[in-house]
Amino acid sequence: MLKKQVVIVGAGVTGTCIARELSRRQLDVLIIERASDVCEGTSKANSGIAHSGYDAKPGTLKARFNIEGSRLMPQLAKELDFPYRNNGSLVLCFDEADMGALNELLERGRTNGVEGLKILSGDEVRGMEPNVSDEVVAALYAPTGGVVDPFLLTVAMAENAAVNGVEFSFDTEVTGIEKSSEGYILSCEQYPSIRNGLDSPGSLQIHADIVINAAGVHADRFHNMVSDRKIHLTPRKGEYCLLDKKVGGYVSATLFQLPTAKGKGVLVTPTVHGNLMVGPTAVDVEDPDKTDTSADGLNAVIATGSKSVKNLPSKGNIITSFAGLRAHEDGGDFIIEEVSDAPGFIDVAGIESPGLTVAPAIGRYVSELVDGMCHPQMKADFTATRQGIPSVALADTGERRRLIEQNPLYAKVICRCELVTEGEIVDAIRRPVGAVTLDGIKRRVRAGMGRCQAGFCTPKQVNILARELGVDISQITKKGGSSGLLTGYPKDEKDITRKGGASHE
Amino acid sequence: MNKHVSILVIGGGPAGLAAGVSAYKAGIKDVLIIERDVRLGGILNQCIHNGFGLHTFKEELTGPEYAARYISQVEELGVPYRLATIVTDLQLSDDGHTKIVTTMDEQGGLTVYEADAVILAMGCRERARGALNIPGERPAGIYTAGTAQYFVNLEGRMPGREVVILGSGDIGLIMARRMTLEGAHVKLVAELQPYSGGLKRNIVQCLDDYGIPLMLSHTVVKIHGDKRLTGVTIAEVDDKLSPIPGSEKFYECDTLLLSCGLLPENELSGQLGVNLSPVTFGAVVNESLETSVPGVFSCGNVLHVHDLVDYVSEEATAAGKHAAEYIQSGIVESAEGGSDEKVTRVITDGGVRYSVPSLLRADHMADLTTIRFRVGAVYKDVDVVTYADGRELARLHKRVMAPGEMEQLILRKSDLISEGVPSEYRITIENKAGQ
Repeated sequence: MLKKQVVIVGAGVTGTCIARELSRRQLDVLIIERASDVCEGTSKANSGIAHSGYDAKPGTLKARFNIEGSRLMPQLAKELDFPYRNNGSLVLCFDEADMGALNELLERGRTNGVEGLKILSGDEVRGMEPNVSDEVVAALYAPTGGVVDPFLLTVAMAENAAVNGVEFSFDTEVTGIEKSSEGYILSCEQYPSIRNGLDSPGSLQIHADIVINAAGVHADRFHNMVSDRKIHLTPRKGEYCLLDKKVGGYVSATLFQLPTAKGKGVLVTPTVHGNLMVGPTAVDVEDPDKTDTSADGLNAVIATGSKSVKNLPSKGNIITSFAGLRAHEDGGDFIIEEVSDAPGFIDVAGIESPGLTVAPAIGRYVSELVDGMCHPQMKADFTATRQGIPSVALADTGERRRLIEQNPLYAKVICRCELVTEGEIVDAIRRPVGAVTLDGIKRRVRAGMGRCQAGFCTPKQVNILARELGVDISQITKKGGSSGLLTGYPKDEKDITRKGGASHE
Repeated sequence: MNKHVSILVIGGGPAGLAAGVSAYKAGIKDVLIIERDVRLGGILNQCIHNGFGLHTFKEELTGPEYAARYISQVEELGVPYRLATIVTDLQLSDDGHTKIVTTMDEQGGLTVYEADAVILAMGCRERARGALNIPGERPAGIYTAGTAQYFVNLEGRMPGREVVILGSGDIGLIMARRMTLEGAHVKLVAELQPYSGGLKRNIVQCLDDYGIPLMLSHTVVKIHGDKRLTGVTIAEVDDKLSPIPGSEKFYECDTLLLSCGLLPENELSGQLGVNLSPVTFGAVVNESLETSVPGVFSCGNVLHVHDLVDYVSEEATAAGKHAAEYIQSGIVESAEGGSDEKVTRVITDGGVRYSVPSLLRADHMADLTTIRFRVGAVYKDVDVVTYADGRELARLHKRVMAPGEMEQLILRKSDLISEGVPSEYRITIENKAGQ
């Protein structure tokens, strides 16, 4: 049986942030992830906001970690080189009758310790953001709000954790957790994949001294395997529309509407990459794996978002839509603690908004919980920084020349909509915890994320992946598992055995 | 050191090839065609079906054969071109006369050209799932028809076995036949509109001949499947194109091909500040196929989407000739006419969606000018009528016109200006049923 000091279940933003903090310590850490890549659950489909922290009820874990997370983000973005922009946020109020609620939010934010909060008049708001709706009578301005790339935050954490010794086991699903005399035994199913080289499904048992449950919308299931004090998570679906960069400058701050019982409501925001995003809805669902969008949901996104701005430029500019699930715990707050009747089992459950913002702060806190349990030494050779993959699209002429001199593949454009080169794609694959799927490449270097949504570059990317991973193109998938892109040969070539990813390039 | 060229052609597909050859033949040897792929020919290289060239060469060619006719001219004449090179930036010099074109390629790195004239010939892209905003899950198995065509025809691989096609654009129809011939089962083609978006001949030869049903006024309302597509829900739509509740039906399939329209790729034109038409998404051009930026010409599918490559070649040949004339005249003037020059605006209404060109400068017009246009619905037994400032110029009876088929008329300059240069030249449809 495989033995590990610490096993983290789930390689989302929470799991990888914890892993990165734990990798400062002399600990043997493994992350288990059922998908083929990091950032495949809630972490990949959210608003991408670094919340300033006015929203959470004072005294809650949400409030405590939000402030810390918000303050950590700018520094971390520099250390780990992921996209973050401090664009400020506005909570819009449409009715004088709601001013009480807006002032309450201001007070709450001040109690939480959010800096620079102030109430602006409708005209002041429109002075800042000319496209804000004429219906807006006032707004709460939070200058510390920001936007962050949730994929690259997660990827940066994972890469840095891996560089510092954390191991990853992808395509591995935990099916059972049992208490043992000293720690826990995790039973896992392993699915065949390019990463693990398996031809058929296998199973695996792992002994862990400490288990950290960072399983997103599935965290209640794992908790309930080891504890009699049951918890319950409700997957809360949010649908989004992503708009073309042409209209990315329509607003500069993130525009919220006054929060409702189910969350922060529909926002209109520039993304850190300069697209415009509208969403999410908030609908409680049963299935923790079903992230389908609906006509009603997408219509609601546009209709509600249209309240915030004049003439939301959605028509003809929507390049994609998607849905994510937030893990809403019945008590409404995060659960981050050692489970009282399961020593050595740490829950990190109910991580809904502001989960992305707080993840680095949670990473620190959970590591301290681990310190309290096993008192590890700190590593002397911890690597604290990480350099991101260069972006040719964002580079100026001089930088482009330097990059191309370094590696001519930085001049070979694969994705023309986002100007992503083969050099960047090869980097994404060769990195620690590198990409093995089309979605993995998309999230790391944005290939296929533009207006044609990979129409032209899919075949090229498939060939690069196959070449770099040393497999036939038939093995390349969109997102791991059975999401293969190709289904064999045309009729007249059925019996021809061909080897290698034959390419016409 | 920036390199100077007289005419830089962006794109080495059918439009760029014909434009480059034409400019060269008109006397401008200092032409350069920039192609992003590793070979010339553009999308024709993956169009291995026949039916190309009936108008131009009076014979039926495959896409690669058609392209080869122009590529061999490029080679024989020695028209300069660069492959595997992408234009990353397109700017005007400070005086507004020179076009600064930055390219990138693996061998040469970054290169900056100063061009006196530019011909935009970048082609178009297919409308993707995201732009259609189809609800549902996000599995593998959803391809634009062109991506599927690339996999089958150039990679020799099948993108799926049980296929539903959304949209009856020509590439979708061609792929219905190709997938069937290669052993896949094409269940149906669903088309949102009450008419097909493709050529009549393709419906007959690609669907009818293989017993593939075309379901007009139907669309995909939901996509199913977590990892790989498992099926689609298709519903009938009403006359406002909204799905009719209760008409939903599930179809099992592992592949959905999208053939829902083509969009000119004018991102570079946008950098230059070229005026774009909200109808075609291509440049607004005058009789010389010159855009709102003097010395910048546009042709082929980046100007407006064509259904036949023959007309692309014809249009691009004209653009190449006009670009050469621009260089030879040595006069830099506004494409929308000098201050004292009277420009005729082409107005389209009554069911005519747009025309190319949409501006006419009488003193630049040849004796005959080809005007291409599309209609917005299916029309039977109607008249296409043209007017110069209200004066009827011509009346042409049409038995049938459809949005999927581009129409053209030839305008005689002497007719247009027989009573002076008009401010408006109008193309409209009359004698519709019930009128």
